[in-house]
Amino acid sequence: MSQPLNSKSMTIGESGLAVFFAAAAFLCLIGAAKAVDVAFGFHAALGAAASLASVFVILNRYFDRPSLLPPQEINGRPNYNMGPIKFATVMSVFWGIAGFTVGLLIASQLAWPALNFDLPWTSFGRLRPLHTSAVIFAFGGNVLIATSFYVVQKTSRVRLAGDLAPWFVVLGYNFFILIAGTGYLLGVTQSKEYAEPEWYADLWLTIVWVTYLLVFLMTLVKRKEPHIFVANWFYLAFIVTIAVLHLGNNPAVPVSVFGSKSYIVWGGVQDAMFQWWYGHNAVGFFLTAGFLAIMYYFIPKRAERPIYSYRLSIIHFWALIFLYIWAGPHHLHYTALPDWAQTLGMTFSIMLWMPSWGGMINGLMTLSGAWDKLRTDPVLRMLVVSVAFYGMSTFEGPMMSIKVVNSLSHYTDWTIGHVHSGALGWVGFVSFGALYCMVPWLWDRKGLYSLKLVNWHFWIATIGIVLYISAMWVSGILQGLMWRAYTSLGFLEYSFIESVEAMHPFYMIRAAGGALFLIGSLIMAYNLWMTVRVGEAEVQSPVALQPAE
Amino acid sequence: MSFWTRHQIFEKNSIVLIVGILAVIAIGGLVEITPLFYLKSTIEVVDGVRPYTPLELTGRNIYVREGCYLCHSQMIRPLRDEVERYGHFSLAAESMYDHPFQWGSKRTGPDLARVGAKYSDDWHVTHLTNPRAIVPQSVMPGYSFLAQTEVDPATIADHLRTSRIVGVPYTDDQIANAVADLTAQADPDNAGADAFTKRYPKAVVRNFDGKAGAPTEMDALIAYLQVLGTLVDFKLYNEKANLR
Repeated sequence: MSQPLNSKSMTIGESGLAVFFAAAAFLCLIGAAKAVDVAFGFHAALGAAASLASVFVILNRYFDRPSLLPPQEINGRPNYNMGPIKFATVMSVFWGIAGFTVGLLIASQLAWPALNFDLPWTSFGRLRPLHTSAVIFAFGGNVLIATSFYVVQKTSRVRLAGDLAPWFVVLGYNFFILIAGTGYLLGVTQSKEYAEPEWYADLWLTIVWVTYLLVFLMTLVKRKEPHIFVANWFYLAFIVTIAVLHLGNNPAVPVSVFGSKSYIVWGGVQDAMFQWWYGHNAVGFFLTAGFLAIMYYFIPKRAERPIYSYRLSIIHFWALIFLYIWAGPHHLHYTALPDWAQTLGMTFSIMLWMPSWGGMINGLMTLSGAWDKLRTDPVLRMLVVSVAFYGMSTFEGPMMSIKVVNSLSHYTDWTIGHVHSGALGWVGFVSFGALYCMVPWLWDRKGLYSLKLVNWHFWIATIGIVLYISAMWVSGILQGLMWRAYTSLGFLEYSFIESVEAMHPFYMIRAAGGALFLIGSLIMAYNLWMTVRVGEAEVQSPVALQPAE
Repeated sequence: MSFWTRHQIFEKNSIVLIVGILAVIAIGGLVEITPLFYLKSTIEVVDGVRPYTPLELTGRNIYVREGCYLCHSQMIRPLRDEVERYGHFSLAAESMYDHPFQWGSKRTGPDLARVGAKYSDDWHVTHLTNPRAIVPQSVMPGYSFLAQTEVDPATIADHLRTSRIVGVPYTDDQIANAVADLTAQADPDNAGADAFTKRYPKAVVRNFDGKAGAPTEMDALIAYLQVLGTLVDFKLYNEKANLR
């Protein structure tokens, strides 16, 4: 089917997106000209530049491309769209290292406060959201977008839906990260933890996220496999629920449409409930459901074993997403939130232990018959240890949600330790494992540049995590006990500042642990870079694929 | 047809799957959040809680901008040691005009829910400029730049107006005089100080940063810190009337 060159025309997507970006550039220029604060003007200027660049790239691509768009299939095999995935993969490594570095800096600031330099944009209060957003949304988000686009294509055996849409998702998402991150440094924040970006960044993220949902869903709709693969259920739940949470937590009224400051619609106790309904489910759906999807695809692939139990994965899925959404109030124990809500939050958090461990068992038991591979394959070891960390933090979480335990642990470093055993051990390691699998697949390499370096990464990072979380357990429990210690005469034994002073050695150990974790990720970046640069090319086998029954 | 085969309807139809997910995740949120908007017992009935003055609101926005909430909570729990260390446990009513709430989640530094009137303005100026000048073991960053930055009063009326849209009961009078009130609160010799105190009964008028001239961010932040937890008079507060 050949078409003459002169019949080449712009697709609706190309022309529509070009017009959209031209309009966006115009609006941003007006915004930059009329901005009431410096940060908004800067962001509007960035938006204008990015929009103009997008118009140029869309037109340039149109003039350079052949008259036909890339085919859906080549020789009966799906013509997978890997470009946007490669981009998101590279960005995830970049943001990961950036986020770990900022984390190391703020950990050091708590041990040595002189490192705040007493400047607005280098103080702990502005860098901490930069750290959390960089690791959760920039590193984790890019890993999730990359792997979800990869897995949904492979398990549906079709090319990703949309022509420009997947690129719009990855580039638009990373632009959101840029706006959010520079905003924090300039003091632009709505102070809702893990939802700090202001109203205009939130609006932009909404557009990007809906496009992400559509690309993912339309790929599922046109799939060639009769069943939707388990991992895709989890990805879908993650994408849909994050959209709901984002919209529920962030409605705000801007003070001026040309300024960055807004006031959130919710206030006081209702705002607190909305925030932690959002906050805990950012953990539940972004950091858990999304990464469980990675577990359900990459562990069976790497171990070359089927998932242990299909029925367990069905129960795991529905129980997990049903129970998680209730758990938010455990962040508000003994606060001014009504008791009935606290009790509901605690009850469901404890119940959540069961599906979490069901999922862990499903992941670990997938290795039955292949346990020997842990000795020889450090990538699989990383994936399996991540599931073990998942099991550990999903036991610790329900325990900390019990009100009596929480009265000790809340407000202390124990929470920070708990978060990091999940974040570094589970999310970090499962992401590293997925990246180690995916980079050779994406760039058609036979294998990684060096398994030995993976081994080094694994051990250095593991020691780092152990230092980190054990330091935080000790400091957190010590803090909690010091705050509630009484003398024999019935007076409070310690002033607050004595508890701060007691933290110093643990904050140094924590910083050392973080430094090791960062070194591990640098080794990974080098290893992946060399894999792409000098790795041996893989020859594709011409065998046609059969649908699974 | 067994349960497991019935489940295939979700596995084979992406739209059914997405509807199923939405239904399942909606329940928890609806049950936990919706009643907070209509159950009268959620927010206590108390005297004294009022919207922030223009200067306090400006200070609060600085508190938010600098991320103070990341290390300081504003939520005293009803536990013996907390009540003895910080004062009466926090009421929901005390933060009902807070958009967004500032309860916090971590105490790297102490709770600030009742820090108001606990230390002098001078103490705060010195402490914010260099925390280790007063508390040698402190790990708090220094905020010396606040004293050098003047507050821009131009947009303060818009801030009050926007707050009113989201439910804070500012009066027309308060919005119309927002700029005057902003300057008046930081200057006891100001001609508008009396009118300000009428609009915000019991609000403190002081030169918070101790320096002459237009209000600085230091004035604003200290004005905010000094009002925290002082609005409800717990000598008069009837706890029994608000049993939950």
